[in-house]
Amino acid sequence: MSHMLSSFLSACPGAVSQGILWGVLALGIAITFRILNYADMTVDGSMCTGAAVNAVLLLKGVSPLTALFAAAAVGMLAGLLTGSLHTRLGIPVILSGILTQLGLYSINMRILGRSNLPLLGVEGLLSLRDPYHAILVGSVFALAMVGLLSWFFTTEQGYGIRATGSNAGMARAQGINTDSAIVLGLMISNGLVGLAGGLLAQYQGYADVNMGRGAIVIGLASLVLGEAVPFLRSHFSLRLFASIVGAILYYLVITLVLQAGLNTNDLKLLSALVVTVALGLPTLRQKRAAKRAQTAALHKNAPQQKKETV
Amino acid sequence: MLKISGLKKTFYRGTVHEKVAIRELELTFQDGDFVTVIGGNGAGKSTVLNLIAGVFEPDCGSIELDGIELTSLPEYRRASLLGRVFQDPMCGTAADMTIQENLALASRRGKHRGLRRGVTRTEREQFVEQLKTLELGLEDRLTAQVGLLSGGQRQALTLLMATMQRPHLLLLDEHTAALDPKTAARVLALSQQIVEREGLTAIMVTHNMRDAIQTGNRLIMMHEGRVVLDISGEEKKKLTVEELMARFSRASGEALASDKMLLA
Ligand SMILES: Nc1ncnc2c1ncn2[C@@H]1O[C@H](COP(=O)(O)OP(=O)(O)OP(=O)(O)O)[C@@H](O)[C@H]1O
Ligand SMILES: [Mg+2]
Repeated sequence: MSHMLSSFLSACPGAVSQGILWGVLALGIAITFRILNYADMTVDGSMCTGAAVNAVLLLKGVSPLTALFAAAAVGMLAGLLTGSLHTRLGIPVILSGILTQLGLYSINMRILGRSNLPLLGVEGLLSLRDPYHAILVGSVFALAMVGLLSWFFTTEQGYGIRATGSNAGMARAQGINTDSAIVLGLMISNGLVGLAGGLLAQYQGYADVNMGRGAIVIGLASLVLGEAVPFLRSHFSLRLFASIVGAILYYLVITLVLQAGLNTNDLKLLSALVVTVALGLPTLRQKRAAKRAQTAALHKNAPQQKKETV
Repeated sequence: MLKISGLKKTFYRGTVHEKVAIRELELTFQDGDFVTVIGGNGAGKSTVLNLIAGVFEPDCGSIELDGIELTSLPEYRRASLLGRVFQDPMCGTAADMTIQENLALASRRGKHRGLRRGVTRTEREQFVEQLKTLELGLEDRLTAQVGLLSGGQRQALTLLMATMQRPHLLLLDEHTAALDPKTAARVLALSQQIVEREGLTAIMVTHNMRDAIQTGNRLIMMHEGRVVLDISGEEKKKLTVEELMARFSRASGEALASDKMLLA
C-alpha cells in the first residue's frame, strides 16, 4: 500500500502537467458544449492537426512559440470548416464535425508524412522530462487562455455567441447574425484544441496521427469533473477555470487506476463511463425529482380534486 | 408605414402535406396604427408576423416597412426595424444570461457588435430606471439569471427589450396567452402604455375578443389565410363582442360555435 502511494505521488507531477495541457482542450470543448450547446466532433481531428503542424514547423526550425500560434490557427481553420458545413450547407452540426474530423485524418497524415513523427533534436517550450517546468509553462498558457476567454465573453461579440447558444431565435430577433456567431464559436473552440495539440506534441516530443482519437471524450470528462468542483461555479471565469481543474483531476484519477492495475487500453472505457455517468446523472435525478413531486402533489390534492377547475 | 402586397405563403409546397397558410394578403398600416388581429386556429396570424420578421420566406409578394423592402433581408438584419414578443415566454429571452445581459443585447439591436464591453455601467443605471417602469421589482435583480424568472416577468422583460431600441414596428403574437389572467392583464396594460408613450406602430395577435376590441385603433380578423374583417376608428370603438362574432360569421360564412375564440 505504501509502495502504491509513493509511486502515485511520484507520478503526480506528470499527471498534473498533462492535465493542464488537456485542460486547454477542455476549455475549447466547454465553449462548444456549454456555451454554444453543440457537440462538436471536429476536436478529434483538429487536435492532431495542431500537433502535426506544430511538429513539422519545429523540425523546420521555426520557434516553438510561433509553432504554437500556427497550431492554434489551423485549429481555427478546422472550426471554420465545420461551421461553414453547418451554417452554409445546412449539414447537422454533429455530422459536420465528423466530416471535418474524417477529412482531417488524411490531411494530418499528409502533414506528418508518416503516422508518428518524433521531434528529434529540437527543443519545445516544455517537455515531460521536466514535469515541474511543464506545469509552469502549461499554467501560463492555460491561465492566459482563461483570462482571454473571460474577457472575450463579456464583450458584445461574446454576448452574441452566448445568446446564440442559449436561444438562437431570440438572438436573431435581437439582430445577432447567429450563423456568424456559431462559426466564430467553433473557430475559437478549435483554436484552443489546436493549441492544446501543439502543446502536447512539444510535451511528448512527438506528433502521432492517432493522438486525437477520443480527445472529445477526455475533454468532456474533464469538463464534467471540473463542474463537480463546488467552489468553481459562481462566476463565468471560474467555470472556465474549472475545465482546467477538471482535466488535472481526470489525469490524477487515470494515474491512480493505472497503478491499481488497469492498462491504458481500459482507459477509453473508463473515460466513456465517467462521461456517461456525469452527463446522465442530472437527467436521472431530474426525472426522479419530477416523479416525487408528482406523487407528492397527488397525495396533497387528492381530497380536493373535485373542486379543481381545468 | 407598413405596406404588404401580393403576399402568399404555402408550407410543404408540392407535397401531400401542402398547406396554404396565406392565400393573398394586401395590407397597409399607417404610422402609429395599433392593430389587433384575431382569427381561429390556423388562420395564418402567426405566419403573417413570421413573414414580416423573416422567420421564413414568402412564395411571393412584398413587405415594405418605412420604405425598406424587408423580403430581401435575412431575419437578423430585419431585427433593427422590428420588436418582437412571442407567445411562449421562453422564446424572447436568453435563459442562461442575466437580466442586464439580456437588456444589453437588446439595446444593441441593429448596431454593430464589436469588442467593446457587453454591458457598461451607464447602461446598468439606465436599465434600473427602465425596469422600474415594469413595477415587478426586477430593478433589484440585474444579475439574476433570466431562467429563474416567472413567465410573466420574462414576458414583461421581453416587451421592454423589444421596445428599447425604438422599433419601426412592434410584433406581439399572443404574448399574454400563456400567462395567468392577472399577469396577462398587467402585461397587456404595459404593452398599451409603451405603445402609446412611444407612439409606436404595432400589431397584436390575440384570441381574446374583448382585448382585441379595447386595444388599439384598428382590428383585423383573419380566416383561412385572408383578411375577412377590417374595422377601425369610431366603428371599432363602438364594437361589441356579440356584434364582432356576428360579423365574422357573415364574413367567413361559417358558424363559430366550436371555435376556441368563443372561450375568450
Ligand atoms: N413552420 C410551419 N411549418 C409548416 N406549417 C406551418 C408552419 N407554421 C404554420 N403552419 C401552418 O400554417 C397555417 C397557419 O398557421 P398559423 O400559425 O399562422 O396560424 P395562427 O392563425 O397563428 O393560429 P393560432 O391561433 O393557432 O396560433 C396552419 O395550417 C399551420 O399548420
Ligand atoms: Mg399563432
